Amino acid sequence: MLKDITLGQFFPGDTIVHRLDPRTKILLVLLYIVALFLAVGWLGYGLSVLALVGGMALSKITPRNLFKGLKPLIFIISLTAAINLFYTGGTPILPGWIVTWEGIDRALKMVLRIVLLVTGTFLLTYTTSPMALTDGLELLMKPLKKVRFPVHEMTIMMSMALRFIPTLIEETDRIISAQRARGADFETGGLIRRAKALLPILVPLIVSAFNRAYDLATAMESRCYHGGEGRTRMKQLKLKRVDFAALALGAAYMTAAVLLRNYGI
Amino acid sequence: MAEIQVEDLRHVYSPGTPFERTAIEAVNLALPQGQFVGVIGHTGSGKSTFIQHLNALLLPSGGRVLSAGEDINRDKKSRRDIKWKVGLVFQYPEYQLFAETVYEDIAFGPRNMGLSVEQVDERVREAAGFVGVSELFERSPLELSGGQKRRIAVAGVIAMRPEVLVLDEPTAGLDPEGCAQIMANIRAYREKTGATVIIVSHDMDGAAALTERLLVFDKGRLVMDGPPEEIFSQPGRLTAMGLDVPRPTAIALALEARGVQLQGPVYTHEQLTNAILRAYRDKEGGRTPC
Amino acid sequence: MDGIIQFEKVHFKYPEDQRESLRDVSLTIREGSFTAVLGRNGSGKSTLAKHMNAILLPTEGRVLVAGIDTADAPRLLELRRQVGMVFQNPDNQIVANVVEDDVAFAPENLGLPPEEIRRRVDAALEQVGMLEYRLHAPHLLSGGQKQRVAIAGVIAMEPRIIVLDEPTAMLDPQGRREVLSTVLRLRREKGMTVVLVTHHMDECIPADRLLVLSEGRIAADGTPEEIFSQDALLRDLGLDLPETARLLRDLRQAGLELPGGALDLEGCAQAVAAVLN
Repeated sequence: MLKDITLGQFFPGDTIVHRLDPRTKILLVLLYIVALFLAVGWLGYGLSVLALVGGMALSKITPRNLFKGLKPLIFIISLTAAINLFYTGGTPILPGWIVTWEGIDRALKMVLRIVLLVTGTFLLTYTTSPMALTDGLELLMKPLKKVRFPVHEMTIMMSMALRFIPTLIEETDRIISAQRARGADFETGGLIRRAKALLPILVPLIVSAFNRAYDLATAMESRCYHGGEGRTRMKQLKLKRVDFAALALGAAYMTAAVLLRNYGI
Repeated sequence: MAEIQVEDLRHVYSPGTPFERTAIEAVNLALPQGQFVGVIGHTGSGKSTFIQHLNALLLPSGGRVLSAGEDINRDKKSRRDIKWKVGLVFQYPEYQLFAETVYEDIAFGPRNMGLSVEQVDERVREAAGFVGVSELFERSPLELSGGQKRRIAVAGVIAMRPEVLVLDEPTAGLDPEGCAQIMANIRAYREKTGATVIIVSHDMDGAAALTERLLVFDKGRLVMDGPPEEIFSQPGRLTAMGLDVPRPTAIALALEARGVQLQGPVYTHEQLTNAILRAYRDKEGGRTPC
Repeated sequence: MDGIIQFEKVHFKYPEDQRESLRDVSLTIREGSFTAVLGRNGSGKSTLAKHMNAILLPTEGRVLVAGIDTADAPRLLELRRQVGMVFQNPDNQIVANVVEDDVAFAPENLGLPPEEIRRRVDAALEQVGMLEYRLHAPHLLSGGQKQRVAIAGVIAMEPRIIVLDEPTAMLDPQGRREVLSTVLRLRREKGMTVVLVTHHMDECIPADRLLVLSEGRIAADGTPEEIFSQDALLRDLGLDLPETARLLRDLRQAGLELPGGALDLEGCAQAVAAVLN
């Protein structure tokens, strides 16, 4: 059920990808996303697939684990595919059919784009602890502090959110089971009835989230938390040679993506 | 009246994934109507998985659960109907309260059953009576004390008038007074309705004193099944599974280690006190002729 | 002699409540002692604990911890680093997705150098016996393990005092044993002052002082042996006797002359065996 959601999950490991500085990884993923959106032809998509497979091999994340995270998105992916398949004009595959060759091409590319986008970002979160991830973000966004952007507050909020995702998922499962034990029915009825049926889940979940937030704030204060001011980190981030190498590779990859786009392949 | 039968029950979580885990297997038992049953076992022993099969919240990966001879999972309707017959109170049930008033929250189950307004009202009042919260109907459940919330949540299940009432750790986190109160409520329901009561508990003292039958789960299997005196006469087996023995039994064991052998089963306070007094009198009695 | 924790005529009322949660509480806790605080739900025992590191401030009276007035805002951090607080729900006090990152949280807040943080994190995890789990995800640990991580998270501040607010209420018996033995070890090995808030009678037995709270007042104060011999008082306060104390009481009432009273299992068995052998 909900436990299958892998958002924010981290698979500890000791591969070269795990050891990369989180800033490097964040930048590489950004490059990867941009390259993905630059892709127009199959060669361009091929480049992105290559990047993903490379990252997967180096990080020893199995395809199964990576693609498991797509489960909750199946609906969106199918919808995208269907829309592109049926609403793209062009040459019908058979005379009189609504499905066109162009539609198939576009649907496949769209699906590939979403899958690559999601799995690529999963590769980042699977190989980077949320703490490192937020540390990396905080450092990358440091310049924004000058314009009074609350960088520390934002990143700590993000890391707390990631920390509590598994806890809240577990809790949601428990509440759903408990309400089903009282005969709650989430499967039948029209849209309004179904939406109403969610109240017995949402109310307790929100109440509990508030209680947890209150407890958490107390616990953090008790452990001397007082904002980002004067705070140090146990794990210092330092760019190593491998990071520079990875970034150089990223730059080359980006150049290739731009070239491919220019040639429209 | 329903007898519940469990035949060769097995449950596997996340089958076909790297996280595949067999939670319970080869569980066989019959629960005659009206029994007071305790379920004990280490965290992760499968006892929570087991109870969620009794009202079809979880579907067996193998085996069957029968109520009055019929498979409770035979179709969608039977899976739903069994929820009224077997009421399940989860651990920390107060976290599931959601309605604006206590009355509305208790009425949730009966309404889902499709009862008329009068019937719902009757059941809500009756259930609230069992747990002593009738004077709180108009209050918001969120502003009540922990013990009160717990009892309201129990009332929400009792209101469905289940023939089998299953409770997962009903006293967890309550102070001694709160524990005693909720246990008295549950006893009252059982006495009045003749319901089967199944309690999952870590509290061995309570399990020993209240129940007439204990099911012990270990590593997904039902490893012991019998009356408390039989189960607690094998304290070594329980401690080997990482379980506690009732405190009176623990004291008796500590005495045994000091060469004092007590007679008879010792798992309640009264048994322990009497056994010691008997041993004392025997010793004094043995001395008098001298 | 001054205690490490001192309550002077403390009153406290939550703004939304009519009644005071603490009423005229005066109390001195010695450095290095183990104090258990017992009381039914709503007796004010958690409120008392939350005054010990300035999460709550008295509405009247004052609280001194390690010589610092808890109302002295500029010295708040100095105060809090001396008092480690462990709460009831282990899930709600773990802030990171990796055990060692969580334990590092407090030393990081204190602005310590990275090497010092590393040293403290490893030492703290070692002390609670969780070092081998340092790279694990906390949400996959058992309740007892999570709570030990929470303890490590506060002892990484190297506090003089550790206050535990019903740390075992949500744990199974094994988790409870793990947490209690960890606390007892910290006290033995590090000489920490321990305040344990609980409603489990058995957990109070190893304490050298037991406070019973009722309706915001200190209703009883003494050694566990003294307090658990006052059967009627405890009943009035809605509390039970531990099984050992109950047994010794009933045997005495039945006319057995038992040597005076250790309340732990072994001590109790010793006393009973003495008259039977």
